[in-house]
Amino acid sequence: MSEPTKAPPAAAGRAATKKELPEHFKAYKHVWVFIEQERGQVHPVSWELMGAGRQLADKLKVDLAAVVIGPPGEAVQHAAAESFCYGADLAYIVADEVLADYRNEAYTKALTDTVNTFKPEILLLGATTLGRDLAGSVATTLLTGLTADCTALDVDADGSLAATRPTFGGSLLCTIYTLNYRPQMATVRPRVMPMPERIEKRATRIIEHKLGMVEEDIVTKVLSFIPDRDSAKSNLAYADIVVAGGLGLGSPENFQLVKGLAAVLGAEFGCSRPLVQKGWVTSDRQIGQTGKTIRPKLYIAAGISGAIQHRVGVEGADLIVAINTDKNAPIFDFAHVGIVTDAIRLLPALTEAFRARLSPHSRDRIAS
Amino acid sequence: MHIVVCIKQVPDSAQIRVHPVTNTIMRQGVPTIINPYDLFALEAALQLRDKFGGEVTVLTMGPPSAEDSLRRALTYGADRAVLLTDRFFAGADTLATTYALATAIRKISDTFGAPDIVFTGKQTIDGDTAQVGPGIAKRLGLLQLTYVAKINEVDPAARTIEAERRSEGGVQVLKTKLPCLVTMLEATNEIRRGAMADALRAARAQIVTWSAKDAGVEDISKCGLKGSPTIVKRVFAPSPRAEKATFVDFANRPPAEALIEELFKRQPKLEAELISSAHGF
Repeated sequence: MSEPTKAPPAAAGRAATKKELPEHFKAYKHVWVFIEQERGQVHPVSWELMGAGRQLADKLKVDLAAVVIGPPGEAVQHAAAESFCYGADLAYIVADEVLADYRNEAYTKALTDTVNTFKPEILLLGATTLGRDLAGSVATTLLTGLTADCTALDVDADGSLAATRPTFGGSLLCTIYTLNYRPQMATVRPRVMPMPERIEKRATRIIEHKLGMVEEDIVTKVLSFIPDRDSAKSNLAYADIVVAGGLGLGSPENFQLVKGLAAVLGAEFGCSRPLVQKGWVTSDRQIGQTGKTIRPKLYIAAGISGAIQHRVGVEGADLIVAINTDKNAPIFDFAHVGIVTDAIRLLPALTEAFRARLSPHSRDRIAS
Repeated sequence: MHIVVCIKQVPDSAQIRVHPVTNTIMRQGVPTIINPYDLFALEAALQLRDKFGGEVTVLTMGPPSAEDSLRRALTYGADRAVLLTDRFFAGADTLATTYALATAIRKISDTFGAPDIVFTGKQTIDGDTAQVGPGIAKRLGLLQLTYVAKINEVDPAARTIEAERRSEGGVQVLKTKLPCLVTMLEATNEIRRGAMADALRAARAQIVTWSAKDAGVEDISKCGLKGSPTIVKRVFAPSPRAEKATFVDFANRPPAEALIEELFKRQPKLEAELISSAHGF
């Protein structure tokens, strides 16, 4: 997101309400990041949030804490230790057998109790299926504000969290404050924030907190977990190269051209929202505010006009290449390289040209 | 079985335009629709009613014009529609919205019978927060199953429900007790066309319309803008990037060649990276 603060304030939106933080909230200090850990794996969004959280904590001159919830054992301890390498000053651990699988009842209690005990002023979670399920329950239990799917987080002059997110179907951005309640909660989708550099650091302050819940207290039971087949898993969000198509392709058959180029480049393929709405492509391939956010080294957008809803999902790419017949299409406002031509004709030629350039034969040529 | 389905009337986002000068939303003439995600919730509810008998009550909070969406829901086969409308609800964020909807669901429970399941869509297309479902569940003390891809089994006698919940990297098969709140994932079913009889009934149906007071709201300060912990300080259009795209000139050569040259010129390392990517190193 390019400096939203520079944009002129618009007439729309609510009048600023005065900040009158009740006395009992004044003890709330420090920035927390919920570390999402499932089946031994930390979701990368948690480290991305640690990067954003570190900046907020530095501006506020407070601590950054990681909160790890899960079953007792190696995975949770390792996640807590890793959090120090991503900038944590301290880590909280709630470890209990009943937290082995994510269940709303137990995780909500774990996080709510930890917040009530240690009182953070800001709490960040990844906007994953787990994070959104948990954040909504925790915020409602705490009766505080929660801003979903933020694209920028900042601290304003009086120390309030300024959470910016797209609104009105992604056509505008808005900045949201939780002035008089604590903690100020926000979720951020994977890949929206850059991955911070991992710097080896020893774990120092780890605080363990008891859950105080037994299996009998929890109504919901996990019968099984069915992992996605590898072939069905799309690594779109974390791919280095992405090729995507939009309505300019004209027909579902022409979407094959996008897949063809992606295959030659070893890339993931994606699409803009209208193609999902038309049923041409499945929703796990959608790129944009309501789909996946991507940060590839190379992004090729074919026949995509570039609505803001799409733009916010791709702005983190190192190099954006847009192919569109309309030289006034909004995508040329944020693409780095543009070519005004029909994607349906260019894509097969581009696929062939790349195939020739990237063949093993040409690799020898580079090596020599 | 009594099922409550929460729906929202939203502007058809495909047709929203932003005023080029003032950066404000041009709402005039934008058609409204039932939030598309809610239709998966409604169809799931109708299927359970068809299987087990009972009633489906659709509930919405919105301006009086939201009646249109409720009538539409009745044409699909819902049995009853409740409109929660009051100027006190205006400007509500998700926390204030869940307060109002939870209060209305309690009133529905008292008036028409306790719901076994409350359904919502996974999120709306205008707010996109996915917070209202979990918020309602928490306020009503209901168990919640979010991002449900499939309801495997409901046992009204044993008061249990088994469902497949989408999670990161797989599907969780969960079993919990009724009453509960379910948020349905998209593309899990297809809304029925609705029978002619339902269309006729919908046209004549009395929409139950409640103000905040009618619904049993005791504390008006928990509603609308007043009851919202979040405030929107600023709405704005994203600033354009300083420089526009460099357009590739292909007057004298094949466009594909010209484009690839431009890419490799800008990022000299790209060619080697593409080669390793293409060959799976």
